[in-house]
Amino acid sequence: MSSGKYRLPGFDTVLNSFAMWLLAFLWALPLLYAIWTAFHPAAYETNFVWNAPLTLDNFKSAWSAAPFARYFFNTVLLVTMILICQFILCTLAAFAFARFRFPGRGILFALVLLQLLVMPDILIVENYKTIRSLGLVDTIVAIGLPYIASGFGIFLLRQTFMSIPKELDEAARVEGASFLGLLWKVYIPLAKPTYLAYGLVSVSHHWNNFLWPLIITNSVETRPVTVGLSVFAAIDAGIEWSVINAATLMTSGPLLIAFLLFQRQFVQSFMRAGIR
Amino acid sequence: MMHRREWIYGWLFLSPALLFLFTFTHYPAVKTIVSSFFSTPRGKRPAKFIGIENYQALIQDEVFWKVLTNNFWFAVGTIPISVGLALLMALWVNSKLKGTTLSRIAFFAPTVLPLIAVANIWLFFYTPGFGLIDQFRSGLFGLPAINLLGNPDTVLAAMIVVAIWKEAGFFMIFYLAALQSIPPVLKEAADVEGASNFYYLRKILFPLLMPTTLFVSINAVINSFRLVDHIFVMTEGGPDNASSLLLYYIYETAFKYWQTGYAATLTVVMLILLSVLAIGQFFLFDRKVHYQ
Repeated sequence: MSSGKYRLPGFDTVLNSFAMWLLAFLWALPLLYAIWTAFHPAAYETNFVWNAPLTLDNFKSAWSAAPFARYFFNTVLLVTMILICQFILCTLAAFAFARFRFPGRGILFALVLLQLLVMPDILIVENYKTIRSLGLVDTIVAIGLPYIASGFGIFLLRQTFMSIPKELDEAARVEGASFLGLLWKVYIPLAKPTYLAYGLVSVSHHWNNFLWPLIITNSVETRPVTVGLSVFAAIDAGIEWSVINAATLMTSGPLLIAFLLFQRQFVQSFMRAGIR
Repeated sequence: MMHRREWIYGWLFLSPALLFLFTFTHYPAVKTIVSSFFSTPRGKRPAKFIGIENYQALIQDEVFWKVLTNNFWFAVGTIPISVGLALLMALWVNSKLKGTTLSRIAFFAPTVLPLIAVANIWLFFYTPGFGLIDQFRSGLFGLPAINLLGNPDTVLAAMIVVAIWKEAGFFMIFYLAALQSIPPVLKEAADVEGASNFYYLRKILFPLLMPTTLFVSINAVINSFRLVDHIFVMTEGGPDNASSLLLYYIYETAFKYWQTGYAATLTVVMLILLSVLAIGQFFLFDRKVHYQ
């Protein structure tokens, strides 16, 4: 790392490259291993030969052993519902914080930020009681409700809205646009990259969420894939590892493929969403 | 006139979000504190005020102290290594080395996978006599099979490895963002002055990255309380609670043993810990954030 002055021909570079590749390989190893076992017959689980026959049987057995189609449907419904509600609620709230002056604004914003620390994830006991008193236990709506007013989303959109020059609103107001019209025609279009970033973060977060859905659901009709997978893998009545790994890849597959296709956008979105 | 209209609109636009925020964050947080002073309702018998009995039980509860200690070691084991690796990854991926794109994908991929799915993969890795780790040990060194997850002495370390693997790539992103915002002029100036790479890293880059390091560290601390999904698949807190963490214990108390009063008490401990961290974060940031 220290021979910048003498320019030894690339010794640093070679060493760093090698170390980076090694770490990247180690990081990819668990996933590569899961892919190997999922696409080969059980006999090749630990037998790494290049000509091992490829098969999709593991995926077929996993698919038929548990109602994964229904689980996927539930997750897609859940994630879409959460995203739409979050966009609507967070946009309105962020606009109010960014553009209106009203009493209590500072305190309310502090209360919004508090959610970054005290997340619904840890308030499972009381939230369960609330959902039960609403009669919503074991519904897909109940999985989403605690998350749709997202402190993080409000914060992120407020930052973006505040960076939009006020002259633009005045121009739109002169043309007679209402506040909602202004939001719709000026603010939302200009905040598109933030919506994309927040959307990707939200979708991957709620696709992966496990603890709350586990608590609040108890039937096939409502379980998302994460809970479905844990139920499937927990029946250890001799299900082969290759089948479990196939199921594992299946549940993370859509996100993983989306990530590989749009990995630059993914990384940039997480970056954008992370800078506070 | 205009002001009155702004008030009304402000409150109108805020109200839907606030309704849900209060219902599922602020109300339950306050209600948790209240519930911690009540007994668990059973059947037709409603919860009864019992003062600090739950807290007395808490102090007597060996499992509570066990999971708290576990959580401490889990945080200590996870945070420095994952943050350090994240910085290293970001420096590499941001450099002109060959293969940065593939490496970035490899580092970041665990972030987009569900922790529950990741836990399945790692469980397979750790399977005694059969998983990849034992395959290596017996294949290369002829060592006997080991049961890392079945041994109270090694299980927490095995879980820490999973957490580091899952999180480092996520933290890398924040460093990457910070590195890309540092003007290249600084590096050029350092080169002109004949500063070594190491000197540049230590005296210029690290101080500039300080706010990011603090931000990432606080996130890592919060995550060490929040991430428990892998426990469900890999160990269920065992053996002998050696891998259980606070949130997992709250889940068990509330939804396995249905001791909701006591679970509320445990949640209060969690809330206190998070608040202390927030205050700590505030002071740390206050002192170091001037670099931005």
